[in-house]
Amino acid sequence: MAIVETRKLTKTFRKGDVGAVLDVDLESREGEFLVLLGPSGSGKTTLLRMIAGLETPTAGEILIGGTVVNDLTPRERRIAMVFQSYALYPHLSVFGNIVFPLKSQGVERSERKRKADWAAGLLGIGHLMDRKPRELSGGERQRVALARAIVREPSLFLLDEPLSNLDAKLRASAREELEQFQKRIGTTTIYVTHDQVEAMAMGDRVVVMNHGRVRQIGTPAQVYDEPADTFVATFLGSPPMNLVTGAAGITGFRPEHFLPAGAAPAGDALTQRFRFSHEEYLGAERILYGALTGGLFDGAKVVSRIASTHAALFQSGADYDFAVEKRHLKLFDPATGLRRA
Amino acid sequence: MLLPAILYIAALVGVPLVLALLYSVGDVKVGSVGYRFVGLDNFRSVLENPGFKRALLNSFVFTIASQILSLIGGNILALALKDAFPGRRFVRYLVLLPWVAPVSIGSMGWKWILDSLYSVINWVLVRLHLVKPLDVPMWLGEPVLAMISVILVHVWHTLPFTTVILLAGWTSIPKDIPEAAQVDGAGYFRRLFEIEIPMMLPIINVAVLFGIIFTFTDMTVIYILTRGGPYDTTQVLPSLAFFTGILGSDLAEGAAISMFLLPLLAIVAWLMLRSARRAEVT
Amino acid sequence: MRIGRRGRAALSRVVHVGVLATFSVLLAFPFYWMLITTFKRTPDLYDLKNNPFIFNQPPTLEHLRLLFNETLFLRWFWNTTFAGAAVVVITLLFAVPAAYALARLTGDWGEKLGIGIFLTYLVPPTLLFIPLSRVVALLGLQDSLWSIIVVYPSFTIPFSTWLLQGFFKAIPRELEDAAMVDGLTRFQTFLKLVIPISVSGILTVVIFTFTLVTQEFVYALTFISSASNQTVGVGVPIYLVRGDVYYWGSLMAACLIASLPIAVVYNLFLDRFIAGFTVGAVK
Repeated sequence: MAIVETRKLTKTFRKGDVGAVLDVDLESREGEFLVLLGPSGSGKTTLLRMIAGLETPTAGEILIGGTVVNDLTPRERRIAMVFQSYALYPHLSVFGNIVFPLKSQGVERSERKRKADWAAGLLGIGHLMDRKPRELSGGERQRVALARAIVREPSLFLLDEPLSNLDAKLRASAREELEQFQKRIGTTTIYVTHDQVEAMAMGDRVVVMNHGRVRQIGTPAQVYDEPADTFVATFLGSPPMNLVTGAAGITGFRPEHFLPAGAAPAGDALTQRFRFSHEEYLGAERILYGALTGGLFDGAKVVSRIASTHAALFQSGADYDFAVEKRHLKLFDPATGLRRA
Repeated sequence: MLLPAILYIAALVGVPLVLALLYSVGDVKVGSVGYRFVGLDNFRSVLENPGFKRALLNSFVFTIASQILSLIGGNILALALKDAFPGRRFVRYLVLLPWVAPVSIGSMGWKWILDSLYSVINWVLVRLHLVKPLDVPMWLGEPVLAMISVILVHVWHTLPFTTVILLAGWTSIPKDIPEAAQVDGAGYFRRLFEIEIPMMLPIINVAVLFGIIFTFTDMTVIYILTRGGPYDTTQVLPSLAFFTGILGSDLAEGAAISMFLLPLLAIVAWLMLRSARRAEVT
Repeated sequence: MRIGRRGRAALSRVVHVGVLATFSVLLAFPFYWMLITTFKRTPDLYDLKNNPFIFNQPPTLEHLRLLFNETLFLRWFWNTTFAGAAVVVITLLFAVPAAYALARLTGDWGEKLGIGIFLTYLVPPTLLFIPLSRVVALLGLQDSLWSIIVVYPSFTIPFSTWLLQGFFKAIPRELEDAAMVDGLTRFQTFLKLVIPISVSGILTVVIFTFTLVTQEFVYALTFISSASNQTVGVGVPIYLVRGDVYYWGSLMAACLIASLPIAVVYNLFLDRFIAGFTVGAVK
């Protein structure tokens, strides 16, 4: 099982910098599910494609299994990739698609069939072998793409937003299946997504990227609870972390930690007056919108997130006491955005 | 809104088509008045003509050879033009010239290049010591060479058209499919022959079917370069029909000869419709 | 032999350039040759000892002078241009409404009719020219430019209808519906909305139709018998030959001039030309 490593990996394009990758240092552990997370243009797909060998780096090195692979073609890197569109070969049947990588390697016919059946079995698509891709649903196509990827038993899996083409409902169940699948086969996986929920749910570690640079690498808990800068803090979590600017710098606290004073756990807490504006009722929870009044952050718009079990009613325009536990307060440097404490 | 167009076409395509059929089974000459039905006499006469069998064979040789060369050349050129490179616009312009200039004009240019005495190709061959000065190839004067020349000039003229159609096909292949094939371990040629060309098949189909029709029924290149010679060795059905029917004033026999174009046209038209229907299903 | 990545890229570049150079030369050479021949002195042209690729004697305008002053070349040029313009007008008059009707016709009929019209384009001139020569004589149009002006639309209309149909289909119906809701009749909508939007498509059709006219050989050869009424495409190969003697200098000058203007026009409309092909063909 390979470990993927990048050292000062950089890719710049001539026209503008969208998708560029700047100075990325990365190391993936064996068997882990590593997520590259970031908005469009953050460079995450370009980074993945460089690891695959589909783009050439402008500078820096890529290592797979300890060997520098910069000069190797994708074929020589012995990796598998699932594209956002799945890239199934339209003129081949499902079986034809799955065996294609084996054919390319010169595996002989009976062995090809055995492996294809095994891969199809793992993904539950054995009954679709004779169909053409255009006859399959989105979810089925995704499974064929996965089967084609694992049939070679590669040392590394690269996935480029494979869930984004599925309907929202299907996405959640597909996500769970994918997670279980990866745990079962244990191949090191690098997964690109812009969806932070996916990243948090699936990743062993998350690499948060923006404008081509890595902002933070950590477990979901680390990037969520200990964000390295304001970008990471606001990118993860929905609704995003409240950031209020004051004399001491930028203070951040998550909506779920900003609670009505009575409901806040006892402990060292900071109380603020909150002028309620309106709320969104989402079923399991309520999102309260308003602004802080009085004190250091007067006028700052903030959001609170409370469970619906908390039944209190709020009046628009009225002031209430809200509190945040001091340990949940994060301080950021206004100039760099980096977290101080 | 549709009627005028339909009427025009019916008058100038439908009516002549019917007339051609009638002539082929009648006794009609230029300047003759009236019409006499003669059944299959004309066809019998045509089939007995040794020149006809030669022309039929030549038509097939001419068409098949042109199409094969056109397809191979067109695909290679389309692949070379597919991705952007500096100067592509200029190259595209150069490459379109043979199609853009009137075919008769381009053929005259080739006639000069292939001239028996002054051919620049022969001058180069002699200079390179590949042929002796007194033994130069008579490009338009020897039967086999003449056929080759005619085929090559026709391919020269139609290559841009074929290339443009194929180029449209090549650029319609989604980028991630060849990339997936790369990652799957396929080398250049496997990708080309097992993935990309099969995906191109519908377009290649269109290019070939069009090409067959335009080549089989064309006489311009041959008329200008060789007039069907030497000794009818480059005569094809359309040019034979012309010589017989117009220059020879035997409209009936000329019509009978051109009737032989119909079976092929019908088959190709049917194939085109079938592949169009199949394309819709996908 | 394992060629590294960099080596492979270099090799592919060499092959790429080689392919492009070869094709460019093969396809464009005859025009270059026309150019050189036009300006070479006759003795230079016909001296086998001379290197044909260079000017062994200084260039001359003699062939051009001959062409313009002593042949019907300019007349042919005018004939072709006039015929071309006339055919374009006729074609547009018939094809634009027909294509629009086809594009908006719902149901099976529209499909079938469109295919039917297109199929007529495939009926070759070398099949129809014999009966048509009689029809032309009957109409009294033999040996007249009008014979081809009347006959050419028989293939330019189907082709143009097919091309335009694609363009019209691409205009969303909602646009026209909105115009009619705003009070325009269907005909007004057609004139004031659809046609202005389709200028691109119509221009493409004009170019293609003009090309089809200039390219045509068989009908012009068959219907027109006197030199002064002939088109450029037939006049140059047939009438610029005196007896059995080919005056290559003037001939090539004629060919060059006959190819040039069209080539220039194409350069201007290059992308439109290619787009027109692909719109029609890939459908």
